Amino acid sequence: MSDTNRLIDSAMSPEDRPGRKPPFINVAPSPHISDSRAGTRRMMVDVILGLSPAIVVSLYLFRFYALKQLIVCVAACLAAEYLFVRMRGKSFTLKDCSAMVTGVILGLSMPGSAPWFVGALASVVGIGIGKIVFGGVGMNIFNPAMVGRAFVMIAFAQLMGAGAYENVTGLVDAVSGATPLSALKFNGVQTGISPLFMGVTNGSVGEVSAIACILGGLYLIYRKTASWQIPASILITVALIAGITDVAGGYQGLFLLHHLFAGALMFGAFFIATDPVTSPLTAKGKVIFGVGTGCLIMVIRLFSGYPEGVMFAVLIMNAMTPLINSWTIPKPMGQKEA
Amino acid sequence: MGLLKLKGFPGTGSFPHGVHPPDNKALSANMAVEVMETPGTVTLPLLQHLGVPSKQIVKSGETVSYGQMVGKGEAFVSASLHAPIAGKVKRNAMVTLPNGRRLEAITIQADGEQIPPERIWEEVTFTQWPKDGFSDHAPMDIVNKIQESGIVGLGGAAFPTHVKVMPNDTRVIDTFVVNGCECEPYLTCDYRLMVEAPDVIVAGALLAARAVSAREIVICVEDNKPEAIKRLQDAARQTVVQVAVVKTKYPQGSEKQLVQAVVGLDIPLGGLPADVGVAVSNVQTIATVARSIVKDVPLTHRVITVSGRGICNPKNIFVPIGVSLAEVVDFCGGLTPNAARIISGGPMMGFAFSDLSAPVTKGTSGLTILTHDDVRKANETNCVRCGRCVDACPMNLVPTKLALAARYKNPEVADRYHIRACVECGSCSYVCPAKLNLVQLIREGKVQLNAWERR
Ligand code: SF4
Ligand code: SF4
Repeated sequence: MSDTNRLIDSAMSPEDRPGRKPPFINVAPSPHISDSRAGTRRMMVDVILGLSPAIVVSLYLFRFYALKQLIVCVAACLAAEYLFVRMRGKSFTLKDCSAMVTGVILGLSMPGSAPWFVGALASVVGIGIGKIVFGGVGMNIFNPAMVGRAFVMIAFAQLMGAGAYENVTGLVDAVSGATPLSALKFNGVQTGISPLFMGVTNGSVGEVSAIACILGGLYLIYRKTASWQIPASILITVALIAGITDVAGGYQGLFLLHHLFAGALMFGAFFIATDPVTSPLTAKGKVIFGVGTGCLIMVIRLFSGYPEGVMFAVLIMNAMTPLINSWTIPKPMGQKEA
Repeated sequence: MGLLKLKGFPGTGSFPHGVHPPDNKALSANMAVEVMETPGTVTLPLLQHLGVPSKQIVKSGETVSYGQMVGKGEAFVSASLHAPIAGKVKRNAMVTLPNGRRLEAITIQADGEQIPPERIWEEVTFTQWPKDGFSDHAPMDIVNKIQESGIVGLGGAAFPTHVKVMPNDTRVIDTFVVNGCECEPYLTCDYRLMVEAPDVIVAGALLAARAVSAREIVICVEDNKPEAIKRLQDAARQTVVQVAVVKTKYPQGSEKQLVQAVVGLDIPLGGLPADVGVAVSNVQTIATVARSIVKDVPLTHRVITVSGRGICNPKNIFVPIGVSLAEVVDFCGGLTPNAARIISGGPMMGFAFSDLSAPVTKGTSGLTILTHDDVRKANETNCVRCGRCVDACPMNLVPTKLALAARYKNPEVADRYHIRACVECGSCSYVCPAKLNLVQLIREGKVQLNAWERR
């Protein structure tokens, strides 16, 4: 042994190459390398980048109102995360940016006119009940932003509902007061398709522009931060159901396009339903999730008192996710057909 | 391109899922194999393979010559050991191998006249290896010779080769797959062998295939090694050996994935390639087979790669089995000051260790020495259920579920999610944005499952 020990010494000794400190060697289980491009934080930053077109459009359209909602929600989310995490005595988790993402999504899904405390309350509820009580990022069952929004939607129906969608900037002339979907639902008024697509209509501050959501969503899919299966299957399902209703009712395509481009559909399909934490793991599970969400959206839109169904649809499917996961355990390679 | 080259094979040249770690092979890919001088001592652990330990057949104080058998593989799944140098047997030592196993080892101190290792290497790179006229070798003779020569899988698993090529009435082997994928990052020893000694590989493939009476013989190389492909194609001209170009993807060199990529068949869970009529063997193993049968020399030397940014001069070296890793590191100029992790094998599946007195064993494919910047960081967060591990797993598992089942000690769930199918390739841990070491948890989960079933 003394032989080899001398050799180790020569492999590591400082005399060997003057001025060299002995290397510090550590051990750990394999694999010893990891994909440096991937990280929880990086994913969250991606989501914010993906949301940026929607943010820009909302700031352009709703100016101060959008800014207010964003600032209120982000600040409240960060504060709530900080407080709750401190209360549970867990380590500081703000660095992963997930609270920030929740804040931005919440802010974008607020109507511009909602008073500040609505957004703040939604944030606190979303982070507190939606996330932290489950154990923080990764452990929650429901999308925190949607939990918060559902809470204020029910608690402040007045402030959040159709009445809240004031024509805040005066940029929109076609519809006053009501969002395109509630106008369609309650009054039979239809908004032109191109304003819907570009976003020059009324609605929650970040959800109005379909094109901004599609652009940002494609970026997320390109970055593999969001899966393509969920948005694709939601959109196809909604298009199918709306298309059939369209043909049946003789709307000449307007009904279909309305349901595709109005309201929170694009925003929800690309940014909310794709939240990895609360959606299934496997490709097959994601398709089931997307189809389910799409169906629920249309059921709520067509048959319930709410003109908008994305939020509840996503929450209901979130609850289904563990079940979907256990239905879709993939067959390992080489396993014989059962 | 891969698809065209695969003509005649039912596979697609690839397999579902998998990952693309940076291969870092450029560090050593162009370094021609250097021959290491005969060391002063060699240490030969009695268990360098999968199976039953070899039984020592020399006593302390005895003089042994080059190639003499010093340990006998008596059981069927075992392998013999041979002296890589001439010398005197010393008192047995205890060594700790990089995989953590502590074993008794035969120690031989160099003594008397040595065959220059350059001569042995020249024999390997010899270009006139016979490629026909093997019909006078009876299959059973080949198998016996392989067993006698102590040949085991040199790709890393070290499974005794004679067991694989043993003719068997109940299973017919149609295709002999020679694995030249070398999908682990950093390692280039198989690549160098394919470039520098393609003829011995072709000869060995023909011989090994004859042992199992396989009709198809195919050498598989990833498409990032065009030089090796060309050299092998030249060497295989006018023989029945074919060269298949498969897609560069980790873990292409894993047996199941390779068989899927080339033959298009799934090896059943818990099964062997033989279950689908295929035998798989690494290129270096095959080269050793050729030498043992044609030149009648046992397995005593092998090519290893020493690479990574933590070693001064990355190299491919022809070394005697049993030389201490410290000497190997010295031969490559020593560690750099920022070396942080020494790995036996590649960074995806290799073992990290710190005791350089361990010897090179038959299964040592190389040393990868990483610096602090290269090493995966352990700052893990919660699983964000992003599903990337699911998309990476070549076995089509749900690694996150397996890992969580292990963490919460729930072997039932682990079993439901097929934890035993995991080949521990590490792809899931590699991609995980939460930096969870999923494989490590899965390994623990397998242990838990075994314990739970035995209860
Ligand atoms: S890759 Fe990591 S974070 Fe993503 S689902 Fe798998 S274990 Fe969870
Ligand atoms: S679960 Fe096992 S087989 Fe699948 S990627 Fe992870 S280590 Fe590889």
